[in-house]
Amino acid sequence: MNAAPLIEVTGLVKAFDLLPILRKLDLTIYRGEFVALLGANGAGKSTLLRMLAGMSKPSAGVIKVGGWELPGEAHAVRSQIGVVSHKALVYEALSARENLRFFGQLYNLAPTALDGRIDDLLGQVGLGKRGDDLVRTYSRGMLQRLTIARALIHNPDILLLDEPYTGLDVDAAGVLDELLRNAHREGRTIVMTTHDLARVPGLVSRVVILARGVIGLDTPTIGMDSVRLSQIYTEVTSMASAR
Amino acid sequence: MKTSFFRAVSAIVRKDLRIEFRSRELISMMGLFALLSILVFSFALELDRIARQEAISGVLWVTVIFASILGLNRSLAAERDQGNLDAMLLAPIDRPAVFIGKLVGNFLFSLLVGLALLPVMAALYNVNMIQPWVLLVLTLGTLGFSAIGTVLATMTVQTRTRESLLPIVLLPIALPVLLAAVRATTNILSGAPQDEWIAWPQILLVLDVIYLTLCVLLFEYVVEE
Repeated sequence: MNAAPLIEVTGLVKAFDLLPILRKLDLTIYRGEFVALLGANGAGKSTLLRMLAGMSKPSAGVIKVGGWELPGEAHAVRSQIGVVSHKALVYEALSARENLRFFGQLYNLAPTALDGRIDDLLGQVGLGKRGDDLVRTYSRGMLQRLTIARALIHNPDILLLDEPYTGLDVDAAGVLDELLRNAHREGRTIVMTTHDLARVPGLVSRVVILARGVIGLDTPTIGMDSVRLSQIYTEVTSMASAR
Repeated sequence: MKTSFFRAVSAIVRKDLRIEFRSRELISMMGLFALLSILVFSFALELDRIARQEAISGVLWVTVIFASILGLNRSLAAERDQGNLDAMLLAPIDRPAVFIGKLVGNFLFSLLVGLALLPVMAALYNVNMIQPWVLLVLTLGTLGFSAIGTVLATMTVQTRTRESLLPIVLLPIALPVLLAAVRATTNILSGAPQDEWIAWPQILLVLDVIYLTLCVLLFEYVVEE
């Protein structure tokens, strides 16, 4: 296990009005880990990701990312994270290249380095030949590859992915698998929410199952196949619903 | 490292202008609405020449305001629906930079529609609309209205009833700006001595400063969860 904790969540509580979503959640994620956050709808997965990204303030508790505390030091944290969601987070009326240039400017990339970085990323995600086409002409799979490129434009240490496989066909999901493996091999820490249990064991190094706002199970995936994971998932979520 | 305020604003403005120049979606929608509105007003007031002359500043501002509301709704909805506002907020930039960036685009599109209306109205109503003071008042009024509209549209686009909700919350809050703008325009167009109306553009300027400051301060809370 890598020794350095990169994300530390302590006593995290999030409530919307009086409805608690996360209840005193503790979680530590180490540098270089690839973590799948699993759980039923409403378990708090996306809420947790939004708080890790500095998009939502905790009702109570402490979140530290790379040693910086949220939300007070959000600027420092934002430079370290890239976010991919099931929404594209890109402009359909712009080309892929124009989108990446825009977000590169927002992330303060030097103008001289930006074009090279964009070419490099478009090549990595297999959009080199379509980089000047308007995004509205892209398929769902191409859009998601562009979204990955956008999230990586500033070379972040951490990737946060919220249901990245939503709406992808088998081929596009396979391409996304490979992109995420590459990002992980490059040393990035990845936290991903998903309902696609079959995909998880071959991809991630650790599984965290959220149930009713707390961690129901936190385990490495070594030696685990998708059948075993499904059994564990069902047990944990059933126990939580019965409580 | 945090991106500088001006670099962020400039990137957002250039992005909005590029998208609009490419699609012409906002300008064509706002322009067509504005043109139809002043034609309807022109026909409605046709029989009474004096009433037409007196109502002209009201017609101008009602048209500019409702065209702006159309544009504001569309501009912010486009950011929300694809999650692009979130994508901007994820970057290490100040929240006010996002507000100012969006405001500049919204202001420019509304002002462009207002400026395009002036010669058309001059022809339809037989009044000299293209005067330096009218242009100044149009600019100040549109700026104040766009500032309040940008903040409120950012809030209302998150609701299901955003199309109808924006004018309901925006018009009462923007009333002081509209009042000063209409009063100033009416006096300028009637040819009244400058001493009698110069206070209105000054009030408009002060209101713009107050509203802009409040909007910059409030935007962070509007986009926060």
